[in-house]
Amino acid sequence: MSAPIFNSHAVWAIYRFEMARFMRTAVQSVLTPVLTTSLYFVVFGSAIGSRMTTIDGVAYGAFIVPGLIMLSLFTEGLSNASFGIYVQKFTGTIYELLSAPISAWEMVLAFVGAAVTKSIILGVLILATASLFVPLQILHPLWMAAFLGLTAITFCLFGFILGVWAKGWEQLSLIPFLIVTPLTFLGGAFYSIDMLPPFWRTVTLFNPIVYLISGFRWSFYGTADVAVGNSLAMIFVFLCVCLAGVGWIFKTGYRLKN
Amino acid sequence: MSPIIAITNLTKTYASGLAALKNVSLSINRGEIFALLGPNGAGKTTLIGIVCGIVNPSSGTVLADGHDVVRDYRNARYKIGLVPQELTTDAFETVWATVKLSRGLFGRAPDEAYLEQVLRDLSLWDKRHDKIMTLSGGMKRRVMIAKALSHAPDILFLDEPTAGVDVELRRDMWAMVRALRDKGVTIILTTHYIEEAEDMADRVGVINKGELILVEDKAVLMAKLGQKQLTLQLAQPLSVVPSELAEWKLALKPGGHELEYSFDAKAEHGGVAALLKRMTEIGLVFTDLRTQQSSLEDIFVSLVSAKGQGQS
Ligand SMILES: Nc1ncnc2c1ncn2[C@@H]1O[C@H](COP(=O)(O)OP(=O)(O)OP(=O)(O)O)[C@@H](O)[C@H]1O
Ligand SMILES: [Mg+2]
Repeated sequence: MSAPIFNSHAVWAIYRFEMARFMRTAVQSVLTPVLTTSLYFVVFGSAIGSRMTTIDGVAYGAFIVPGLIMLSLFTEGLSNASFGIYVQKFTGTIYELLSAPISAWEMVLAFVGAAVTKSIILGVLILATASLFVPLQILHPLWMAAFLGLTAITFCLFGFILGVWAKGWEQLSLIPFLIVTPLTFLGGAFYSIDMLPPFWRTVTLFNPIVYLISGFRWSFYGTADVAVGNSLAMIFVFLCVCLAGVGWIFKTGYRLKN
Repeated sequence: MSPIIAITNLTKTYASGLAALKNVSLSINRGEIFALLGPNGAGKTTLIGIVCGIVNPSSGTVLADGHDVVRDYRNARYKIGLVPQELTTDAFETVWATVKLSRGLFGRAPDEAYLEQVLRDLSLWDKRHDKIMTLSGGMKRRVMIAKALSHAPDILFLDEPTAGVDVELRRDMWAMVRALRDKGVTIILTTHYIEEAEDMADRVGVINKGELILVEDKAVLMAKLGQKQLTLQLAQPLSVVPSELAEWKLALKPGGHELEYSFDAKAEHGGVAALLKRMTEIGLVFTDLRTQQSSLEDIFVSLVSAKGQGQS
């Protein structure tokens, strides 16, 4: 008996195992983002938003919805995908993955696939919660789904790399909290970068997150800080960088094998 | 018959510069129980790690059932099961979930009946819904074994399976190993309990400081290197060894009731028969006799220390 060309049983087994963990903690997994989003609406949408005019013709409460979803996609994608692989490294159970007849890409497909599924579930949950607070409008639903999916995939791949790279729990949270969250707040999650003075606007354009949020918001309201084509291009660049990173990790066995 | 595992000129130097394996070549026969012995840090786990895909080799090749473990890892690993030295488990998972995962990882379709049998054989069936962290150490060890057996491997590596395991469980484990061997599974194990290797193994390899210093059929090894002692229980105590028996270099045990003759089991050519004949001739009566053979442990210790002395 010889091994299958594509180890579908393994991909499915890992995927289900990862999803089961998510489901076991479903209350936290679901409640946390719903609660956080509601808080954002209470603070930004109602308290501050009521004093603000519309941005690009969109009520402030509605304006921040795409940014909020993106923020959770980034942070949840990173932490979910990094956690799955990091825990195995940390506890040593990774020996089994390394000794199993699975290719690197099958492993990524399973881990990242599960993390992406969770991210998308969260994204949809936040969207649903938001719709309770503000009237939402989605002009380009297919593009919305595409941006959501691609961003989730990209950040989950990034998270996978992070999980492989991290040598300790503090490193695991370093990137999300020290880099991704600030970049998101500065990246127009809660404002249009057109509101900034020209100098800071130019500086902000170096923040890659701007492109992701802008594109996503465009799919809702048809207005964008940067051209939609640029947003798409930026997502693909990110995706390719992450794929290359994962490829390199497996080629060299970086921090996985001695 | 071709060996089921063929290791050729295998070398491993860790990033730290430590040479854990030095040009090791070894063949494992299909269906045998092979015991790998060696002191702490000898390179046993490293060797197993390379065959199983956990450690990258620095040079050399390993074929598992004809498949290169690096280039054709899929087919090679498909056949291999591993029980690692360290107890590493998904603490928060149930026994059932973790063995199901293992089976899937190794590319097998779910088969609940088979997994049930594995768990029953290991007395884990009642614990299948328990979280692994609630199990005792010995139970966790069984879970690791169940995981390794979940895909019915042809080749099973057991890296110190009985470390920290009580006598009863150890006995169970060896019964299980024998049963697996009877089903045609090839088993490679490491152990520090030399009596286990002596009991269980068909062949023994000794590794020390990254070098394979000996591979031998256990029986041949015992015969080749084993010192034997013939002890004769005397009817009447003696105060000195009679001069007629000088050529046998006998030792008189304190109390004078026992004479001991040491001889090399391999070099022995009729010495025992001649001794007994001579004793009868001089009227020395013995009431009982027994022979003892040096254990694998004695052989092992003498090999390793001889090697150590040779190097320093
Ligand atoms: N990841 C690693 N990095 C550097 N050196 C290592 C690593 N793993 C093992 N070593 C070293 O390689 C040598 C062989 O280790 P190995 O674990 O293979 O020994 P062993 O024969 O299994 O020992 P034991 O009986 O204690 O389990 C040791 O000197 C060890 O310190
Ligand atoms: Mg070891």
